[in-house]
Amino acid sequence: MTAKLNKATVRRGRQNKRLGLTATSLFAVAFGMVGLAYASEPLYKLFCEITGYGGTTQVADASEPPAAIVDQYVTVEFDANVNRNLAWSFKPVQRSIKVKIGERALAFYEATNISDKPIVGTATFNVTPYRVATHFDKIDCFCFTEQVLRPGETMQMPVTFFVDPGMVKDDHAKNTKVITLSYTFFQSDDQSAAEKVTAADPATKHIEEARAPVRPKG
Amino acid sequence: MSDTAHAAHDHHDHHDHRPTGWKRWAYSTNHKDIGTMYLAISLLAAIIGGAASMAIRAELAQPGIQLIEDAHFYNVLVTAHGFIMVFFVVMPALIGGFGNWFIPLMIGTPDMAFPRMNNISFWLLAAALVLLVMSTFVAGGSGDGAGTGWTVYPPLSNADFSAGPAVDFGILALHLAGASSILGAINFITTIINMRAPGMTFHKMPLFIWAMLVTAFLLLLAIPVLAGALTMLLTDRNFGTAFFSPEGGGDPIFWQHLFWFFGHPEVYIMVIPAFGVVSQVVSTFSKKPIFGYLGMAYAMAAIGVVGFVVWAHHMFTVGFNVETRAYFVLATMVIAVPTGVKIFSWLATMWGGSIEFKTPMLYALGFIFLFVVGGVTGITLANAGVDMAFHDTYFVVAHFHYVLSIATIYGIYCGMFYWLGKMSGRQYNETLGQIQFWVTFVGINVLFFPQHFLGMAGMPRRIPDYPDAYAGWNMVSSIGAAISLVGALLFIYILISTIRSGKKAEANPWGAGATTLEWTVDSPAPFHTHEEAPDVPDDAVHQPAE
Repeated sequence: MTAKLNKATVRRGRQNKRLGLTATSLFAVAFGMVGLAYASEPLYKLFCEITGYGGTTQVADASEPPAAIVDQYVTVEFDANVNRNLAWSFKPVQRSIKVKIGERALAFYEATNISDKPIVGTATFNVTPYRVATHFDKIDCFCFTEQVLRPGETMQMPVTFFVDPGMVKDDHAKNTKVITLSYTFFQSDDQSAAEKVTAADPATKHIEEARAPVRPKG
Repeated sequence: MSDTAHAAHDHHDHHDHRPTGWKRWAYSTNHKDIGTMYLAISLLAAIIGGAASMAIRAELAQPGIQLIEDAHFYNVLVTAHGFIMVFFVVMPALIGGFGNWFIPLMIGTPDMAFPRMNNISFWLLAAALVLLVMSTFVAGGSGDGAGTGWTVYPPLSNADFSAGPAVDFGILALHLAGASSILGAINFITTIINMRAPGMTFHKMPLFIWAMLVTAFLLLLAIPVLAGALTMLLTDRNFGTAFFSPEGGGDPIFWQHLFWFFGHPEVYIMVIPAFGVVSQVVSTFSKKPIFGYLGMAYAMAAIGVVGFVVWAHHMFTVGFNVETRAYFVLATMVIAVPTGVKIFSWLATMWGGSIEFKTPMLYALGFIFLFVVGGVTGITLANAGVDMAFHDTYFVVAHFHYVLSIATIYGIYCGMFYWLGKMSGRQYNETLGQIQFWVTFVGINVLFFPQHFLGMAGMPRRIPDYPDAYAGWNMVSSIGAAISLVGALLFIYILISTIRSGKKAEANPWGAGATTLEWTVDSPAPFHTHEEAPDVPDDAVHQPAE
């Protein structure tokens, strides 16, 4: 009788262990999936940058030798939007320019702070059609950093870009004639730069910095 | 084995020993009592969620604004209806209710692997329902309550457009409901893997058990992703993170990816348990083992796996490139293959069978019909080009109500009529049951079929008003809602009258076709069952002898 009972106890002990092991691995799976949900945030960004998903443009280094220029023109149109929480006006200086594929071009946007306090803004951007995004390279852009505008200040914001000659070899993208580059300005979550401006001398030194004539093509 | 199952063994001699009064329920670790509580909370939630849908249909019966003057309140009703029906009606009834009741009974084990965890699962769900109901009484944007829809898309759900704590209450409610589901899933999987009676191999488990196993794995993989996404939204709203807001470098589309990575498996989480119930019922009332048992089991597993790689078909309008759309169209349509295996195997099971058209069988047939109708419109919507036109119209509303609302509700009705005798010890009145089936069948089809026409004509969903052109079919649809309501009230009457004064149920009221182990114990199932592992007879599984 005692022996039988002991056997049953041993069996129960073994089963308890097995149940615990199964449950522990299942808990690990559940926590792993929460981890994956968070890991998907940086992965999603990386994925967009690599594939040009949603019109994510490429970034090129200014020191790279200029790409071979192809004798084919595309029209680049400029679009500007402002989030309703940001008291700025924002518009492109030129509606569109015509560039040769591979040729570097410079365009300007113009933003004015229409409020009575300094504001830090940050811009999101994309190009349409999405299929050309992997061939649209920005060398320098106001959208790479946050921008600060004093009350009433107007700033011209440059963007230097080129259309990669690889586009003419891409079956999906090669027939594109018009590319639209679009920006949306938001009030930045981090307004610490605005406080610095308030404290500093209210000079307007950086407004004229990068101003250069726009050369429309064609 | 767990403490309770162990304790149960010690009290073998005085079988009736158990806590009484409120303690029996509040402290319950008994799978049958917990299953009953899940069914009860589902019924309670169904009354709230059903009232919301009746209010929606009453407003939509005629063009113009009649009953619901506050548009935000209309949004709150739509949101509450979705949340409550998905998380507090369908899931608790099919998974918590039938799963808890019949997994141990059908695999021949005394209780769940972790009975105390089972108790926590239930009470977390109860707390979640309380939080969700509370959310409708606190500020949420342009009025009280969360008006985001069950998909909670930002920017609508962010702090700018849904200011106030209502959305936070909703998020926390879903967190609790999710924790409840994950704990429940771990309990189910552990039980099914480790505690089957000797002789019941995986390939001899009843299909209902297969369905619960697949569902539990889907819960385990999908719910944590929802929990992660909801946490991101919560911190975006309250603590200055910017996962979904572009001004901080985030992206609202990212929410849609995470939500639908959970949301698509979620629709299978709701419908696969119903597949399991229907498989048992079709086999029982055809008096034949299920046709193509292994194919049926692995079809459910395949639906579960493929269900994880099709999520973006909910997002065709966000601007994918053509290759991405082509992939998601194709992957979505592939699901029709295992689904077809199931439909045809049910038909083949009936073929040549000695079919008895009792109420559960009528509901099983109704389920198959409704699921085919909803499945066919699903294939239609899987086409990205068609979906561009039908996105957010009543065609989509009709589609998903056919598959995951009325088909799954049919699964619940089916299981209730099939197992009510086993659970309550009393058998329902067959005539009343059949009347209830036909009233409901006419009602829901009159309710939802015309919504296909409205959608094809372009009527948008989630809007309380519409142009006069849509008036006719909306009136028909609302009349259908009223008929369905009569069916639902009749069901509640049948439920109460059966429990109070139904005739005593035999251990097996269905005869030779009912071969699974739950029919070998008395009706109502005693408080403790299968304390000695039962023999697994060859015909205890829906598999022909080899």
